[in-house]
Amino acid sequence: MNALPPTAATVAHDTPAYNFAYLDEQTKRMIRRAILKGIAIPGYQVPFASREMPMPYGWGTGGVQVTAAVLGPDDVLKVIDQGADDTTNAVAIRGFFRKTAGVRTTTHTAEATVIQTRHRIPEAPLAEHQILVYQVPIPEPLRFLEPRETETRTMHALEEYGLMHVKLYEDIARHGHIATTYAYPVKVDGRYIMDPSPTPKFDNPKMHRSKALQLFGAGREKRIYAIPPHTDVVSLDFEDHPFKVQTFAQPCALCAAEGVYLDEVLLDDKGGRMFVCSDTDNCEERRAAGHRGALAGDDISRKDRS
Amino acid sequence: MTAVTSAAFDGGFRQPVFDAQTTFRAIMDALARPGRRVICRPLATAPAPMSPLMAAVALTLVDPETPVWLDGALAASADVRGWFAFQTGAPMVDQPADAAFAFVVDPARMPPLSAFAQGTPEYPDRSTTLVVSAESVEDTGAVFTGPGIETSVLFDTRPAIPAFAEQWQANRALFPRGVDLLFVAADAIVGLPRSSRLRTG
Ligand SMILES: [Zn+2]
Repeated sequence: MNALPPTAATVAHDTPAYNFAYLDEQTKRMIRRAILKGIAIPGYQVPFASREMPMPYGWGTGGVQVTAAVLGPDDVLKVIDQGADDTTNAVAIRGFFRKTAGVRTTTHTAEATVIQTRHRIPEAPLAEHQILVYQVPIPEPLRFLEPRETETRTMHALEEYGLMHVKLYEDIARHGHIATTYAYPVKVDGRYIMDPSPTPKFDNPKMHRSKALQLFGAGREKRIYAIPPHTDVVSLDFEDHPFKVQTFAQPCALCAAEGVYLDEVLLDDKGGRMFVCSDTDNCEERRAAGHRGALAGDDISRKDRS
Repeated sequence: MTAVTSAAFDGGFRQPVFDAQTTFRAIMDALARPGRRVICRPLATAPAPMSPLMAAVALTLVDPETPVWLDGALAASADVRGWFAFQTGAPMVDQPADAAFAFVVDPARMPPLSAFAQGTPEYPDRSTTLVVSAESVEDTGAVFTGPGIETSVLFDTRPAIPAFAEQWQANRALFPRGVDLLFVAADAIVGLPRSSRLRTG
């Protein structure tokens, strides 16, 4: 960890079996072209020829390919999964890029230039020089309403999004509110309806006019899409049922943060539990700065989180 | 037309992996932040009248999968055509509408934007990206808004594309179809994706 950035010579010497960041140059060019189209057409899903990666689908092969196509030796990479840097998936992807690209890695959001994520957007606002890469399992927000790709393509082409509103309104009829809490659909720059990936809807407002470039990669579904910086990202809603994010009754039990996304953690087998920051880096930085939650003295292993 | 000389075999990236990555990040940054001058040191060269930075952009994006159209000034040079063939392997096309990438060094005499591939309603990405020489980029002139632009941005390139304001409004009206532009100066790239809106009045 924290090795010096490689030069062409050291990479060629140390990693003779594969190219920098694993992908061959022709594949990178193809992915890079798809990224540029995605940026030019915000929220539109660009097809790309997804490659086999040395990890199973579901491990973020789409995000990994996007990261591999943008990453350079001067980048500092952070990988999060469910908000945490220490899950198996995040550790494996960080290790993959340390080995294949020799890049520096970090758990600190502010230090990272490229952040690959599954399920969360960091709590700390992102800066202009940062790129957020999402791992996306199902990129098509209309897929569960219409299984046929030709049909969903036409719906996007004609901006025929009535079905999506019907689906959300059925939620209201059944539950009295919009029950969708993850992968809550958004409209990008007033045109394309987009799946924000399985992030909690709590994170949707962070996408709106973010200073960072946001890139999305779906490996199995072979799609890349993007949100440029400073772009309007609006969660779908109705006048009488406006979009609302989740709120939490208590602050984080460890760092006392409010207005952040909390995970429920079981403390023992007798049903004891607490709510702590999902964003582990944000929580650790707050505790390092002296913030103390109600249970901050307890020795809680982060690995016990369910 | 002259016979190809050894110039066609010179000028590739010295460190292809890293030079392409560096140049790509500048291109991506330029397209993600329209109208902003993104500094990019040219890491390649090509025969005249192709500029070093335009050469680097070509090496970064173009390959046998991307049909390329060259404007008259570029196509007249056997060395430029030879350079593209040797360095990129890209097929050359005569019709702008068949091009994935178009390279223009003489903007004053280029075909209208509407002559290039616009994509389809279902696949708007099947469009031409135009790489256009700019002798100068000024932060005055036309005002653009849209994705990637915090409030608004002013920029203007010389030499100008004829009737550019009208052409750009027509291009934007096609959205999500339309072409994307990369203006390439000596050491900077300015992007203008189809999503950018030209403010009028
Ligand atoms: Zn906390």
